[in-house]
Amino acid sequence: MTAITATPRPEGGSAALFKHARYVVAENPVTGFAFALFVLIVLAAVIGPSIVPYDPLASDTAQALKPPSAHHWFGTDQLGRDVFSRVVVATRLDFFIAVASVALVFLMGGLAGVAAGFFGGWTDRIVGRIADTIMAFPLFVLAMGIVAALGNTVQNIVLATAIVNFPLYARIARAEANIRREAGFVEAARLSGNSDWRILAFQILPNVFPLLVVQMSLTMGYAILNAAGLSFIGLGVRPPTPEWGIMVAEGAAFMVSGEWWNAFFPGAALMIAVFCFNLLGDGLRDMVDPRRRT
Amino acid sequence: MTVLLDVADVSKRFSVGSALGPWARLKRRFSGGPEQLPKVYAVDDVSFVIGKGETVGLVGESGCGKSTLVRALTRLIDVSDGTIKLGDRDLSRKAARVFARDRDRARIQMVFQDAGESVNPRFTGFDAIADPLRRLRKLRGRALTERVETVATQCGLPLQLLTRYPHQLSGGQRARVGIARAIAVEPELLVLDEPTAALDVSVQVVILQLLQRLKKEIGMSYLFVSHDLSVVRLLCDRVLVMYLGKIVESGPAKDVFENPLHPYTQALVAAVPRLHDDGVERLRLDGEPRSPIDPDPNVCRFYGRCPRGTDLCKTTMPMLRHFGARQAACHFAEDYLAKPKTTT
Amino acid sequence: MKAASALSVEGLSVEFRTRSGIVRALDNVSFAVEKGETIALVGESGSGKSVTAYAVMGILDPAGKVTAGRATLDGLDLLAATQSQLADVRGRKIAMIFQNPRTALNPIRTVGRQIADVLIRHGNVSRHDAPEKAIDMLRAVGITDPSRRAGAYPFEMSGGMCQRVMIAIALAAKPTLLIADEPTTGLDVTTQAVIMDLVNDLAREMGMGTIFITHDLALAGQRSSRIVVMHAGHVVENAPTAELFAHPRHPYTAELIAATPDSAANLDELASIPGSLPDLRRTDLPPCRYSERCPRKIDACVQPLPHPAPNAVHFVACWNPLPAGTVSVPTESAA
Repeated sequence: MTAITATPRPEGGSAALFKHARYVVAENPVTGFAFALFVLIVLAAVIGPSIVPYDPLASDTAQALKPPSAHHWFGTDQLGRDVFSRVVVATRLDFFIAVASVALVFLMGGLAGVAAGFFGGWTDRIVGRIADTIMAFPLFVLAMGIVAALGNTVQNIVLATAIVNFPLYARIARAEANIRREAGFVEAARLSGNSDWRILAFQILPNVFPLLVVQMSLTMGYAILNAAGLSFIGLGVRPPTPEWGIMVAEGAAFMVSGEWWNAFFPGAALMIAVFCFNLLGDGLRDMVDPRRRT
Repeated sequence: MTVLLDVADVSKRFSVGSALGPWARLKRRFSGGPEQLPKVYAVDDVSFVIGKGETVGLVGESGCGKSTLVRALTRLIDVSDGTIKLGDRDLSRKAARVFARDRDRARIQMVFQDAGESVNPRFTGFDAIADPLRRLRKLRGRALTERVETVATQCGLPLQLLTRYPHQLSGGQRARVGIARAIAVEPELLVLDEPTAALDVSVQVVILQLLQRLKKEIGMSYLFVSHDLSVVRLLCDRVLVMYLGKIVESGPAKDVFENPLHPYTQALVAAVPRLHDDGVERLRLDGEPRSPIDPDPNVCRFYGRCPRGTDLCKTTMPMLRHFGARQAACHFAEDYLAKPKTTT
Repeated sequence: MKAASALSVEGLSVEFRTRSGIVRALDNVSFAVEKGETIALVGESGSGKSVTAYAVMGILDPAGKVTAGRATLDGLDLLAATQSQLADVRGRKIAMIFQNPRTALNPIRTVGRQIADVLIRHGNVSRHDAPEKAIDMLRAVGITDPSRRAGAYPFEMSGGMCQRVMIAIALAAKPTLLIADEPTTGLDVTTQAVIMDLVNDLAREMGMGTIFITHDLALAGQRSSRIVVMHAGHVVENAPTAELFAHPRHPYTAELIAATPDSAANLDELASIPGSLPDLRRTDLPPCRYSERCPRKIDACVQPLPHPAPNAVHFVACWNPLPAGTVSVPTESAA
């Protein structure tokens, strides 16, 4: 029962969402900041490689280990490559890993979880056991194991990240589907002649999706950290591909001798990206969860 | 009066606790425990009919089984025993899981209590009303839009509200969407599960009058489930009173409310707040209902809470007996038959 | 204001800040409850009856703000009190019970403990004696086998029992005023009757004032000696129960009575209330918020509404009220 008579503003779903998005961003400047940062990262990923001053793979040993200067904003690494260019170009790869992992785990975990929650019974048991098996391992060790077994390519890193996050998504999706299984509108849908599969696809999934989206943003941060971690121990991307993790790994050795810029800038980029995705997750949750709206 | 729905000996039992898996059942067999779990007798041997064009009320407190009965009738769940005949066909023979695709699905529809809950929050009013038309009447495009608009207008829903989402509508408007959706396929039987419980009293009046009008226009029968006896009295021709899974009384609404035969109905009627209270001390029903789990078939379900409980009540289950157009399941129903207006 | 008032509310106005504007939820609400009296605040959704209670208790949503008015309880203005003064007064002098007992009870604390907490904090009962007294309270609210039930958790109890526990918690420290916000909505009518009997009996025993908030006019009439009718944040009428039902003076009250199912013999006789609630976010709200939907509107209705006179028995906020003593509704409901 609404106390205020609904005002005549027929709004479609996306128009309402956009308006609400604007409201959330306006109310919470931190979210606005996170959005801006996100746009920056996407830009760097998309057009970065085309506009960087130096070829990230071009080595020039004469220029090795030079500190940040007007020529090389972030300095150069041990092979004389421009750190700035490498950091910007690495954005594309890291961003791709993040997005691909998240898309994959959403499909795998989301669908499995929704089916488990909606149908219960054996579907629930099987999905539950798979999730339990995955959770029995320390997650990073499992990721290491998968990559070590299958070989360290970008695809395998994406797969490992997705598998490791599967239980989380399956659980969220399952819980939501379980709650909504008995919801009034599911019964109404049955009365209207919808089969179970139709209900799952057209009624349940659209309601579960927003919650998963919030989780996806957080997982993006995790995916990058995971890839960086794997690279750090040599199980990730192989040199000379620019990737933040591997750059930190290689640059760490030089910290002791005072050449801090090798590890610092890629590390800072990592931190900013993860920070941004986490803040984004908060903002998305505010947008998506109607109860937090005033 | 032609019979539309014939419910005979319907029971629904649920196992308490989660169903035992194969391993647990094996263990139980060896440990000597009962292989079958205790059961809740949610609906126990219920029989009644609904005639064409009738409005039958179903009242009872929470836990009496009316929700379960309603879900069984609308084929959302299966029954444990009994038959549900719509016309000539026994609907209970087809499993609830697959009934959604049945050719008779459109003949029984339901209006839910909370239209906010029963409409997908991501569906507009139009989508909600169009859904059954798409699935059950196979309408598309222009024909679909026309039908949705006709039904919306019939339910007093302004067309521009069709593009709105449930949370953008007032309680009364949402209720209209729920009703429009249910009648769009012109069902023969409409089950209304507390359709006005969440509405303000002024909105309730309008919705009830709408329901009255629609019934005549479309020629439906109603099964009106409610805890609000004042509303049931206004809308229903006949009323069924349920208690702990059994029907304890039935009859013309006016008679049942003016002169209830079953002690439970008497307590129910006595408890309803009246605008013009004559200040007479009313019968008060205290305590909790008996457990619905594996109830003793020989003990009256109301025994223990009934102000009148004799040895007969705890050794013999009272059967539903006829008194003209009325029925009551109490050994002492005759005593109340003679009384005019009851106050105790 | 009346002498020996348990609570006296004067000119209470509350606003809510929302993203679509400021909602003027309450405007100049005034009424009083005497010790031992039970009054009902009656209104439909949006009338502001719950907001009034929450404002008095000091538990308004953070987006809400009291913009004017006083709520005097035993000499203390609750709306101007400090948090520590309020914490002291709540439970000891004024208590509240809510609509959904399950959400109002702490799910991870036994009911006996929850009652004991109040006794220790506000009831001057020692830690040692509190458990025993808690069991007494449970017995007083009609819970069978209280010593065993004291160790139960809310989820193990039915809705009716939880409601009784909530009443026990509210009344443990014997407050002078009880606010009951739709305490029986959602309960079966048989349980409702028993719970309301309980509240009435205890109130009478303890000489406690009660404000009973409900949308159910018939229930209000049955349980209270005086009814305050609210509409869109205004008090529109305030009269003793019998008087209100026999001679409603405000057009809204008359319509409300005519819309109550119990007042009609058949469905066609039932009347709905014309128009709809005004949007409380408007800056151009007329002084009488019912005027735009009122069939009795006259030119004088653009003036600010009359204030309740201090000793008025039957107050109506209207410039064109129904004549006093007119029977506008059937005096006897059929069937």
